[in-house]
Amino acid sequence: MRRALEIAAPWALIALLIGGWEIACRALQVPPYLLPPPSRVAEALVANLPALLSAAWRTLTVAIVALVIASLIAQALAVLVALSPILDRTIRPLASVIQVTPVVAIAPLFLIWAGIDHPERALVALAVVVAFFPIFSGAVAGLKSADRDLERLFVLYGASRWQTVSRLRLPSAVPFLLEGHKVGAGLAIIGAVVAEFGAGSGGVRGLAWQILDAGNKLQTDRMIAALAALGIMGVALHGLLGLAEQAGLRWWRGG
Amino acid sequence: MSLAALRAVEVDYARGPALGPFTLELAVGEIVALVGPSGCGKSTALRLLAGLEAPSRGQVLRDPGRGETAVVFQAPTLAPWLSARANAALPLELAGTGREEARRRAGQALARVGLAGAEEARPAQLSGGMAMRVSLARALVTEPKLLLLDEPFSALDEITRRALADDVLRLWQALQPAIVFVTHNVEEAVYMASRVVVMTPGPGRLAGDFAVEGALPRPAGFRTTPEFRRSVEAVSHALAAGMAA
Repeated sequence: MRRALEIAAPWALIALLIGGWEIACRALQVPPYLLPPPSRVAEALVANLPALLSAAWRTLTVAIVALVIASLIAQALAVLVALSPILDRTIRPLASVIQVTPVVAIAPLFLIWAGIDHPERALVALAVVVAFFPIFSGAVAGLKSADRDLERLFVLYGASRWQTVSRLRLPSAVPFLLEGHKVGAGLAIIGAVVAEFGAGSGGVRGLAWQILDAGNKLQTDRMIAALAALGIMGVALHGLLGLAEQAGLRWWRGG
Repeated sequence: MSLAALRAVEVDYARGPALGPFTLELAVGEIVALVGPSGCGKSTALRLLAGLEAPSRGQVLRDPGRGETAVVFQAPTLAPWLSARANAALPLELAGTGREEARRRAGQALARVGLAGAEEARPAQLSGGMAMRVSLARALVTEPKLLLLDEPFSALDEITRRALADDVLRLWQALQPAIVFVTHNVEEAVYMASRVVVMTPGPGRLAGDFAVEGALPRPAGFRTTPEFRRSVEAVSHALAAGMAA
């Protein structure tokens, strides 16, 4: 009973909010360009479904490509940092600069570099910048998380530096890497969307472009429909990565 | 013949002196128990013997070469991502033994500690006692000359720790490594060791050095014999005197 209530409660709240929204729009006769009722948003969602799906696919592709690139760079750098304290001191400040720089602020620069013909390259690069940090810091923390006594045993048995990294530190880092990738994937989507906004209407026609375009035409219902699509995509990706993380941890621990 | 020795060693940490001056001579094949209150530097002394740490002053002499010293810690310290067999094979693989050969010998070491059939289990699937046995198998797989045990049974229940104590003595009989083990437990020290070395509170110095009567491994009922009680009394007395000093 309690369990059923726990599952039902968030859905009940969503239903309540949407219901209230619908009733308020009708009762107060809010102009649809200002706030369309959810029924009109649903209509817009159905009417624009093919366009929204392909837009979502473009945004998702950018985010996934960015995630893969960010993952490779972040892990390679983290291993270098783990191997050498000097490199640690060299790379760390730069990584922090990347973390604190707002992606909106560097978007115009990246778009210039990518050139007018390839705005998608700028989008990927910007999403890489955002997704990089959680993976990097997770990997660095993970590489340092090895059991100290286990590290002593590696010293005792004369393990080389590379053996210590490949057979102790990297495997110890797996839970941290899984967590870092989960956070990084969410940020890659945010990075891709923010970069699309930066690129404006001339950019890649992803979900952010749909939002911008609908806004320019004052199609508020289509705008909210695109937002909803973005939200659904984010939640689905987060859920999927949560499952992947659990599966990864089960594999790592052996059930 | 001396296998390893600490000669007037002292260890200082940032928070102050941790050990010594402390002297310990270790003969080939003997079992020495280090007993003392928490923070007296027992584990530090063990790390010095293992060559994992250097003394601030004094001298550490070690005869065993690389791969001839093994350590078992208080926790099993197994790699959770490896099977029992892969964990036990690790010392050999790190030393360059081929994977097949290493895994075969790891299987033998696991059988020796009574874990035949559990080779493919992961640490998360093992009980505390079984995990400790894997840790022991990993230490024995290289057939070390010097086996160092740092409060290896302190996290286990009484029945399991007694069973493991007998296992260690049986393994000692078969392989004859010198063993130094650290413990808080006087009865365990007397039961397992041919010599009990008592330390003062930190920075630990020598408070007493007792030879324990009776043959190793212990016959059944050894814990009820007068020799056992006498040794326990003597060690407890030295421990209390060290605390008071």
